[in-house]
Amino acid sequence: MTSQLEADRTSEIMTVNVGPHHPATHGVLRLVVDLEGELVRELRPVIGYVHTGIEKSCEDKSYWKVIPFVERMDYVSYFFQMEAFCGAVERLIELEIPPRAKYLRTLFLELNRIHSHLVWLGTTALDLGAISMLWYCFRERDRILDLFEMATGQRMHTRYFQVGGVIEDIPVGFEAKCRKFVEDMPVRVGQYEALLDRNEVFLQRTKGVGIVPRERLLELGVTGPLLRAAGEPWDLRKAFDYLAYPEMDFKIPVGTVGDNYDRYRCRVAEMVESTKIVGQCLDALPEGPHIAEDRKYVLPPRSELSTSMESLIHHFKLVTEGYRVGPGEIYYAIEGPRGELGCFVLADGSAKPARVHFRDPSFVNLQSFRDMAVDSYVADMICSLGMLDPILGGVDR
Amino acid sequence: MPDAPGLELLRGEIERELPGSVPASSYEHGCAALIADPAQIRAVLGWLRESPSHAYGFLSSLHVADYLPAEPRFGVHYELLNFNRRERLRVKAMLADPGEDALPEIDSVVGMFPTAEAQEREAFDFFGIVFRGHPNLTRILLPDDYVGWPQRRDFPVGGEPVTFTYNEHNRD
Repeated sequence: MTSQLEADRTSEIMTVNVGPHHPATHGVLRLVVDLEGELVRELRPVIGYVHTGIEKSCEDKSYWKVIPFVERMDYVSYFFQMEAFCGAVERLIELEIPPRAKYLRTLFLELNRIHSHLVWLGTTALDLGAISMLWYCFRERDRILDLFEMATGQRMHTRYFQVGGVIEDIPVGFEAKCRKFVEDMPVRVGQYEALLDRNEVFLQRTKGVGIVPRERLLELGVTGPLLRAAGEPWDLRKAFDYLAYPEMDFKIPVGTVGDNYDRYRCRVAEMVESTKIVGQCLDALPEGPHIAEDRKYVLPPRSELSTSMESLIHHFKLVTEGYRVGPGEIYYAIEGPRGELGCFVLADGSAKPARVHFRDPSFVNLQSFRDMAVDSYVADMICSLGMLDPILGGVDR
Repeated sequence: MPDAPGLELLRGEIERELPGSVPASSYEHGCAALIADPAQIRAVLGWLRESPSHAYGFLSSLHVADYLPAEPRFGVHYELLNFNRRERLRVKAMLADPGEDALPEIDSVVGMFPTAEAQEREAFDFFGIVFRGHPNLTRILLPDDYVGWPQRRDFPVGGEPVTFTYNEHNRD
């Protein structure tokens, strides 16, 4: 009788609700978890708590007004959303962007990638008890935000990329400040590694935890650092030709077994590679205009408005109605910090898009969470969720 | 991406194996698309995935667009990717609106591409497209008791009352 009770106490399945408001769920994610003692036996992520209908709202805005909307989906990688949308529209209207704009965009995308990985590293290490990591990571993140503020006027959600290029050239003093950052960042990454790589607690919590084989990840459509950590060297920056990436010299870090430790290693190595790209962009930044000259799509410079009637008309037309995009559809995908970030735009010939859809990597990657966490401990589930790095704003859109 | 002649060759190849499965193709802005017969969508995607010379084994995105007022109005898009050749291919299945309260239906591809699970649910959630054979076709982002298919073009933006508890109590 007693033994029966003992058995029940450990084998009985208990359903526990984690979230939606929980610091370890990295946003508003709810997990319904079936537990057998400490072990996770079944897991259902419930999403949609921060769904704000951005895709629907975009259908009601002219193309240039969509840009600040889409930035707010995945609020940690806003430059990537802008690039996905602007790049898609540029391909629809077949507008070539000037080389300087390509380099500037690449530079800001890579700074944003470092920023995104820093937020991930700080919060995930915090979940595992390494509290000081958060302060170190946010110290560097702040320097990136300072750079964003200097060039764009905003620390987050900058609306810096425009169809045709970037809205403004970088200011005087930006280059020196950015170079200082490029110089410092590899040292800082070394410091993070010194804090974590030989930390017994961190290693035990991450090594061999949350393994999902490469084939399964491919089936589930997982991309980005998660896939690379499992040994698949797939990176859209290398695979497809966009922006200034073909001219950049960088490596794709890959893992071996695909456990949480590999995921951590991949992202940290990516930060160093991204820093290299930023440095190369500064070195090779071409001279010339920062935005295309086509006045049918691009605002004329402010200085022309007081002297040229034609510019004034173009400015008025672009600001009131916006430009029209001929009927067509496009899917344009770039490598975001979390994987393939795709943007589908359907144009019906009017000044507003008929459909904007984002293939958000967090949304698709989240499907692999069940494979990572089932039959592991609750504590490891939290670790795996951190290493998965979902941004719920992107998941729910 | 396959170029325009390559796309026609590919279409010819599928048509030989599965007659009538790909009635048209389109090539615009450097994007190749096959327009497939919705009734044979599983066969077409399966062929593209299994055929050794093509092997589009990765479904990178599944999404729906509403082409209203065109008919058939719904397009289900499957963005396929070949890792080795680094090629993208879009397969599009056009579905007509059956009218009244009936919902358009198409076969689910979850068995072939498990990644489609959440994306098909999302398409159902926003467009009301029923994926036959989907293991758990329920709303994913919107609340379960939501009425309507908000991403359809004839669904108005806004105009939805905010449900504060105050409104709940004072409702007529």
